[in-house]
Amino acid sequence: MIQRLLASALFAGFAAGLLAALLHFAFVQKLVLLGEEYETGALVHYQGVAATEAAAEPVDHDHEAGTPAHDHDEPAAASPAKRNALTVLFFSVPYVGYALLMVAGFALAEHFGRRVEARDGVIWGLAGFAALVLAPAMGLAPELPGSVAAELQARQAWWLGTVIASGAGLALLAFGRGAMVLVAALALLALPHVIGAPRPDGFHGVAPPEVAGEFAARVLGAGLVAWVALGWVAARLWTGGRPA
Amino acid sequence: MNALNQTAAKSASGLLSIVFVALLGATVVFLAGHAQSATLHDAAHDMRHGTGFPCH
Repeated sequence: MIQRLLASALFAGFAAGLLAALLHFAFVQKLVLLGEEYETGALVHYQGVAATEAAAEPVDHDHEAGTPAHDHDEPAAASPAKRNALTVLFFSVPYVGYALLMVAGFALAEHFGRRVEARDGVIWGLAGFAALVLAPAMGLAPELPGSVAAELQARQAWWLGTVIASGAGLALLAFGRGAMVLVAALALLALPHVIGAPRPDGFHGVAPPEVAGEFAARVLGAGLVAWVALGWVAARLWTGGRPA
Repeated sequence: MNALNQTAAKSASGLLSIVFVALLGATVVFLAGHAQSATLHDAAHDMRHGTGFPCH
């Protein structure tokens, strides 16, 4: 049992993580780098309006250009090859975690007599994406470097609560029976968004909103593809290894 | 051990395996997305941004 769980999860997780890394480098990484150029002040957004304001009121006002929105050792200092190799390597980590959770879900469903078929993998992937990525992203959009956000611990706490509530809500929706269970499922799905994610004090991000919007949409799109692949591979491995 | 007990024992060990794998998965996701050691943060930086985890 445990070997079958671990083997399916590890293989599916590494495969999906590799796909996620490929999609990241195809669609997302150049926006990360662009955001960092604004974050470090190498590029300055809003120069047009800053210039207009400067003309209107001759005060030294540079929109805090050059001030990083948050302070940390930029990994940009490392060589790009090393940085990208680490990114590829680290992309497999969350996907292995997601895969472990997913096959545990398969096993739990079967424990309660709900057989999982290979073709069910895609819908497990979609549901996993909704619970672990899309639901938290509705309050905490994927952050382009150079944007601002609320205090980290508060965001992480809201993220965790949202993932648990959304996962439980979707599981009840999928496997529960009866009107009360349906109501509880919908309440769990709605609750994090009724409470609301922690918001920043003000909107003084230094990266352009156009880039931030494109970045957030691409992160979600790439994540959706990787999650569907994860579910597809994991369910095939899980059912393929099923004892006769 | 009769058949009923065997089934119950198998079922309990099955549940234990499931709980273990789920906890392992949750821990791995936490380490990947949320743990704040500086080394881990820098190495995981682009992945965290690119996966939508709350990063720094």
